[in-house]
Amino acid sequence: MQFMLLFSRQGKLRLQKWYVPLSDKEKKKITRELVQTVLARKPKMCSFLEWRDLKIVYKRLYASLYFCCAIEDQDNELITLEIIHRYVELLDKYFGSVCELDIIFNFEKAYFILDEFLLGGEVQETSKKNVLKAIEQADLLQEVSNSTSLAEVSYR
Amino acid sequence: MPAPIRLRELIRTIRTARTQAEEREMIQKECAAIRSSFREEDNTYRCRNVAKLLYMHMLGYPAHFGQLECLKLIASQKFTDKRIGYLGAMLLLDERQDVHLLMTNCIKNDLNHSTQYVQGLALCTLGCMGSSEMCRDLAGEVEKLLKTSNSYLRKKAALCAVHVIRKVPELMEMFLPATKNLLNEKNHGVLHTSVVLLTEMCERSPDMLAHFRKVSLVPQLVRILKNLIMSGYSPEHDVSGISDPFLQVRILRLLRILGRNDDDSSEAMNDILAQVATNTETSKNVGNAILYETVLTIMDIKSESGLRVLAINILGRFLLNNDKNIRYVALTSLLKTVQTDHNAVQRHRSTIVDCLKDLDVSIKRRAMELSFALVNGNNVRGMMKELLYFLDSCEPEFKADCASGIFLAAEKYAPSKRWHIDTIMRVLTTAGSYVRDDAVPNLIQLITNSVEMHAYTVQRLYKAILGDYSQQPLVQVASWCIGEYGDLLVSGQCEEEEPIQVTEDEVLDILESVLISNMSASVTRGYALTAIMKLSTRFTCTVNRIKKVVSIYGSSIDVELQQRAVEYNALFKKYDHMRPALLERMPVMEKVTTNGPTEIVQTNGETEPAVLETKPPPSGLQPASEANDLLDLLGGSDITPVIPTAPTSKPAFAGGELLDLLGDLNLTGSPVSAPAPQIAQPPFLLDGLPSQPLFNDIAAGIPSITAYNKNGLKIDFTFERSNTNPSVTVITIQASNSTELDMTDFVFQAAVPKTFQLQLLSPSSSVIPAFNSGTITQVIKVLNPQKQQLRMRIKLTYNHKGSAMQDLAEVNNFPPQSWQ
Repeated sequence: MQFMLLFSRQGKLRLQKWYVPLSDKEKKKITRELVQTVLARKPKMCSFLEWRDLKIVYKRLYASLYFCCAIEDQDNELITLEIIHRYVELLDKYFGSVCELDIIFNFEKAYFILDEFLLGGEVQETSKKNVLKAIEQADLLQEVSNSTSLAEVSYR
Repeated sequence: MPAPIRLRELIRTIRTARTQAEEREMIQKECAAIRSSFREEDNTYRCRNVAKLLYMHMLGYPAHFGQLECLKLIASQKFTDKRIGYLGAMLLLDERQDVHLLMTNCIKNDLNHSTQYVQGLALCTLGCMGSSEMCRDLAGEVEKLLKTSNSYLRKKAALCAVHVIRKVPELMEMFLPATKNLLNEKNHGVLHTSVVLLTEMCERSPDMLAHFRKVSLVPQLVRILKNLIMSGYSPEHDVSGISDPFLQVRILRLLRILGRNDDDSSEAMNDILAQVATNTETSKNVGNAILYETVLTIMDIKSESGLRVLAINILGRFLLNNDKNIRYVALTSLLKTVQTDHNAVQRHRSTIVDCLKDLDVSIKRRAMELSFALVNGNNVRGMMKELLYFLDSCEPEFKADCASGIFLAAEKYAPSKRWHIDTIMRVLTTAGSYVRDDAVPNLIQLITNSVEMHAYTVQRLYKAILGDYSQQPLVQVASWCIGEYGDLLVSGQCEEEEPIQVTEDEVLDILESVLISNMSASVTRGYALTAIMKLSTRFTCTVNRIKKVVSIYGSSIDVELQQRAVEYNALFKKYDHMRPALLERMPVMEKVTTNGPTEIVQTNGETEPAVLETKPPPSGLQPASEANDLLDLLGGSDITPVIPTAPTSKPAFAGGELLDLLGDLNLTGSPVSAPAPQIAQPPFLLDGLPSQPLFNDIAAGIPSITAYNKNGLKIDFTFERSNTNPSVTVITIQASNSTELDMTDFVFQAAVPKTFQLQLLSPSSSVIPAFNSGTITQVIKVLNPQKQQLRMRIKLTYNHKGSAMQDLAEVNNFPPQSWQ
């Protein structure tokens, strides 16, 4: 996978994970163009499209949030749909029935979860349970590290 | 100073902004606060500030001033700091910044941290955005972790290794030992990432591939896959009743690479592939994902035919699936296999054709491409019917490709000439404006070849443009045909269908309408005018009308039209005796396949098969009885080589532009006159007898010269003398380009003193590739009856480095043997 974008129906970016080195300017350009392209798709169309030399797999969820992945020619589109589905399941389990607001207010957690599921654009853990367990433990570690300092300094 | 606001609060505040400007103001205020907090080197709130910065960055605001702060967070001992710091690094830093090199040491330390979650952060960051230098420095650490028994770290290390290999392929070797027992793991995470690592290695290195085949990787993978399929329900890895589909798909992909071009490996995986293909549940996407990967593998390895048929049938079933995603991947896969397994794919032709009617644009496109691939001699009639119907109703973005595809298929498989012409007509009338420019000369050539269909063709074309002459390619082809076969049209000779009654005036009416219409492109007008001119020898009653039309356009502001009209006028006046010969019917044109530019370059000259790559213009102008050796074509090739008209009757008069070239080469001293020809002899358009060899044998070692050498463009002349006519010198020019960028749209023009005659043949191409990697060649024939010293002025135009270049030069260093 080269990158994954989450954006709203209005085109606002909620998450961007890049697995290829690109300048900020290039990322912005790609994001803008791709968001436009995907938002222009009609509901009856399939979840795949060709864009530049990449294959784009996208899914629209909760009527307002788009999950969009850019994969390479040799990658399997159908399993990418499953990857998106799995990520949503993880978010769902973690936040308890996730909605867009959860991702907005807890964007850093969304990243943490993604980083336990994918690494370098590939799936690192196929067990839902294991991913969630790792996050749970890391969160605990975070709690501990916060509470051991003198001031109440959670960044949240 | 008050504590910086919390992340949650910031997000809430920013979301209350009602306008972009309001939001920008809030952001700027907060950024200022954050900046001063950074300046104070505040450890306590650094994490909070960076977190906020990351949020604002996602909204699109600049956050580069936080980059160093991320590094400080990473270096902190607090886990929270590290978590946010590494996230910040992945979001704000990329390998272009020097700053990120400072991370290397931190990462190294964290890779050896006592807490696995810290190690995990480091591995993740390195594997996501590590630069080549970082990878080089830290590969050893990654390799170490690849051998750990901690599966949480091992799986991450495997993917980190994949990234290292992608960045620094030479380091691949060092990970080989660690791969030995990677697949002995029970942990699915490790298994999955290990398979990814092995895949990466096998894809990159044939040696690795050979190695893994040798160490029986295939049987091992087959065993793992079998276990997944056969084992009972495993809640941890189950997805809709299938056990770990992610792992299954990756194993199938690795098997594909191992089995490719290798009989033994392919055989070893035959059974398991058959098993997966037949037993996988297809009711949900996840099952189909596995089937899809299986099909790809079967088609790519050396599988037995039974298995291949099984695979294609799976794809056939996919085509009927309600899920459009499945239909899409089916079409994509079939497109890949249609060449190798043509017959098997043919069986699903009707389903594929049905997909032309799908609502999804991507599906339609694939269905179209696949349909064209499936057309053959047996099904051409039926397929063309469907494709023509598709052309009618499809989106504009498809029409050009579809039209081209239909033309190609029709040419290959037309069952009869009549059908072929009809098909062409249908395309021209339904998608006439989308037809590609290069199709027009192709079609014209096709039509001339179907001699017995001329009457039918011109009649149908006439009828087609009567109603509507806005589609340029259609009008161009129609004009050309009417010009050629107008006599057949008015004489009502059509055999194939009911001949229409048309008068000469009616025909001229339509051609004149085309000339006048705003919708007609300049090129189209050229066609129309030339057609009208040709009719002067085919029509009997309307010659005066034609004369009038031609003379009117002699003052057209369109330079192209003006030039033509002026020359045609001259044909009526001074050269009327030549008119019939010049405007005679075209002979059948030879089709020459070209690699080079497909525009027909105006040369009026005989084409020379060996040297030239452009399509030969119809050389069918019959020479007049007294064949003269050379044409007078001062300047030869056209100033704008993109004119695709058949250069039927362009007499060789000097165009206005070239008079400039000749300006002071006027050796005899007489004033340069307007478009009259500059030579005493009547211009003949052809070099007469085709049997006369163009290059004669007395090369006799005439030294070549460099005629021009400036700005990286070098033009050499080599000489040959004609052995039949001592006054003729044949010059071959070779243009080369020593710069680092190609020169495009190159046009070479030449002019000689009045006592000489010049003929310029078509150039080999219009692009001179850079670094002297190729040349353009062009032939010039010079007639020098008075044996005067050869002099030449040349004009070069081309595009280079994005700008238009032009230069004039005199060539004075002709060796005496070239003209004496």
